[in-house]
Amino acid sequence: MSNTATSILRILRNPKVVSGMGLGFIVVIVLWLVVNFVKDPTYFVNVGLDGLTRGSVYGVVALGYTLVYGILQLINFAHGDVFALSGLVASTIILSMLNISADSSGAAVAGAILVTLAITVPLFAVVNGSIERVAYRPLRNAPRLAPLITAIGMSFIVQNVSLALYGVDYESGSNLIPQGAAFEIGDILVTWKLVTALAIIVPTLIALTWFVSSTRQGKAMRAVAQDTEASAMMGINVNRTISVTFFIAGSLAAVAGLVFLLEYQMRYDTGFELGLIAFTAAVLGGIGNLAGAVLGALLIGFVQSFNEGLLWLAPGGDWTRSIVFGILIAVLVFRPEGLLGERTPEGA
Amino acid sequence: MTSLSDRARGIAGGRRESWLVPALIVLGLLYPWYEDTLQILPLIGDFVPATESMVVMLALTMMAVGLNIVVGYAGLLDLGYVAFYAVGAYTAGWFASQQFEQVTFHFFSSVPNDQPGIHISMWVVLVLAGLLTLFAGVLIGLPTLRLRGDYLAIVTLGFGEIVPQVVRNGDNFGGFDLTHGAFGIAPIDAVGFPALGALGFPENFQTSPNRALWYYVIAFGLLLITVFCSVRLRDSRLGRAWIAIREDETAAAAMGVPLMRTKTWSYAIGAFFGGVAGAYYASFRAGAFPADFYFNISVFLLCMVILGGMGSVWGVILGGMILSYLDREGLATIGSKIQDAGVDFEPTQYQFGIYGVIIVTMMLFRPAGLIPERRHKIEMEEAVHDTPFYDVQTDGALTDRDQNDE
Repeated sequence: MSNTATSILRILRNPKVVSGMGLGFIVVIVLWLVVNFVKDPTYFVNVGLDGLTRGSVYGVVALGYTLVYGILQLINFAHGDVFALSGLVASTIILSMLNISADSSGAAVAGAILVTLAITVPLFAVVNGSIERVAYRPLRNAPRLAPLITAIGMSFIVQNVSLALYGVDYESGSNLIPQGAAFEIGDILVTWKLVTALAIIVPTLIALTWFVSSTRQGKAMRAVAQDTEASAMMGINVNRTISVTFFIAGSLAAVAGLVFLLEYQMRYDTGFELGLIAFTAAVLGGIGNLAGAVLGALLIGFVQSFNEGLLWLAPGGDWTRSIVFGILIAVLVFRPEGLLGERTPEGA
Repeated sequence: MTSLSDRARGIAGGRRESWLVPALIVLGLLYPWYEDTLQILPLIGDFVPATESMVVMLALTMMAVGLNIVVGYAGLLDLGYVAFYAVGAYTAGWFASQQFEQVTFHFFSSVPNDQPGIHISMWVVLVLAGLLTLFAGVLIGLPTLRLRGDYLAIVTLGFGEIVPQVVRNGDNFGGFDLTHGAFGIAPIDAVGFPALGALGFPENFQTSPNRALWYYVIAFGLLLITVFCSVRLRDSRLGRAWIAIREDETAAAAMGVPLMRTKTWSYAIGAFFGGVAGAYYASFRAGAFPADFYFNISVFLLCMVILGGMGSVWGVILGGMILSYLDREGLATIGSKIQDAGVDFEPTQYQFGIYGVIIVTMMLFRPAGLIPERRHKIEMEEAVHDTPFYDVQTDGALTDRDQNDE
């Protein structure tokens, strides 16, 4: 049995078969999208813009996964739950402490968003850094699976902290954002939601890119990600660099948490599923690759919105999870380096 | 300072007091008969689990022992074990319930012959569930087992999420109702001895007055079989190959261990026991419901393996019994005690947080578990790295090693 199976596997792994199957699959998807587009172009574009909103939030979370994976080769399961907790804390700050409601003026909302970010970003940078210090650093030299298992444990702990603090109710700040369109291009509605999300996320991405590419610490991060031992020999403080990476990942989680809170609703277990989706996005783009994470996240956002929104032959929300994980499995099996990643000896 | 030969003997021997295991077996088997006596004891009486709970604990422990074959022996982190549990439970649903009313087929079943649907004797269904799950394990394993540890973990997690969703949405595959959607399949037939009714054995456990007792005895027997197979497998050629892979894939491959085949076997056999346990549990609670299959169960089972000691069968049994006890009764009992004392805290609400704390604490302070397997302990202490083994070849061809498999 095993021999037949191996030979079937070999046929399946034949590059021509793989690329043929992949191409066929993509052709079917494109056909489906084109038919949907032709049937109702404006609706299609509006659904796509919804996907852009989703995808941009996923992108910020995916960056947190990809940064940590790039430097430690660790899937930080707790990241999604840190994101959820940060969103919940942001809800306390913006709704209860700052008393912002749907009646508040636009300027007040914008100011409150900035104040909230000023609190949650440093707070969750520290939270994420402490998780690394307590749970992952002692296991730096243990077998690889040890920190991974610990990460799962931490994920449950953080999730239950959210549960203990906020209970099982959903929190949402979505009524703070005007419901209508910010402006219209023909029949295409560019909603305030999208504008808000992009207004927060695009500067964040620019700041991150600047940090990683232009500062000394960013250079150290890239060096450690490439070769930990060599960078230690060059005098880079590896432990500090890893801590900084976790700080940045935590800050990104805080930004994403606030945006998600403003766009949708969240509760203690939102982070688990969203974290898995974001991780899939990071893998799809090529884990460890920052641009890849954002690209993958946008794609996943589109996939989800088209799947749930389109009217002709869309599988619907019941299947979103299966589709996203199906993509994850297909990418890992057939193109483990992702869309933008490079195949390295370590990168399986 | 132990000498190398001492250590080697310790690894190979695993000697135990020869009377301990039989004594534990007898004590365990007789549990339903002295359970009442235990429950009236002062202080600890409230904490003694009912036989009813013990059945579930045994079934979960059996799954943990199965998972231990994958995680503990072969060192493959499987975060989607719940998928196998689901396959087992639904196999029982398909072959021993009224799910497919279109046909009527009976085979030594414990239900009356005029009921529509497929009703095959649960004994056969248990084996069938194991085999189907084994097949599912091979199917999932073949494309994915080449991946390195953490990627494998995430792929299995993906499967663990997909299978329950397919089950939940499976009430309309082109008009065909495969899984009865969110309602699940119920009732599932009981285990029983329809041929031995004359000898005083119950024909149907579910309707028998000693329902829990009979389910307990059979569950105990199934666990014994699982443990026996697990121990024998560990010491077999295949088991040694698993451990070699766990310790160092590269070295194992260099010594001629066929990686793919060996890993697939560990996956398949681990899945087998998960499937049998799943089918048995489904029969005990007379139904398979999609709400039972979620990621937390996979982590719960993994937590049992970690708590007890990865690779250590006795440890996993201990870990499994402790955690499933906490899950079934323990946390609730402790919670009511705490509330009696006037503190407003409900531990059952935070059970997964508690398991999270257990996982983290164990990994940080006692990574080899409560009853460590000696060899694994040495591995953890001396920090053998499971270095990645991924052959980079052009065009995604199979590696030389896999070609030699044939």
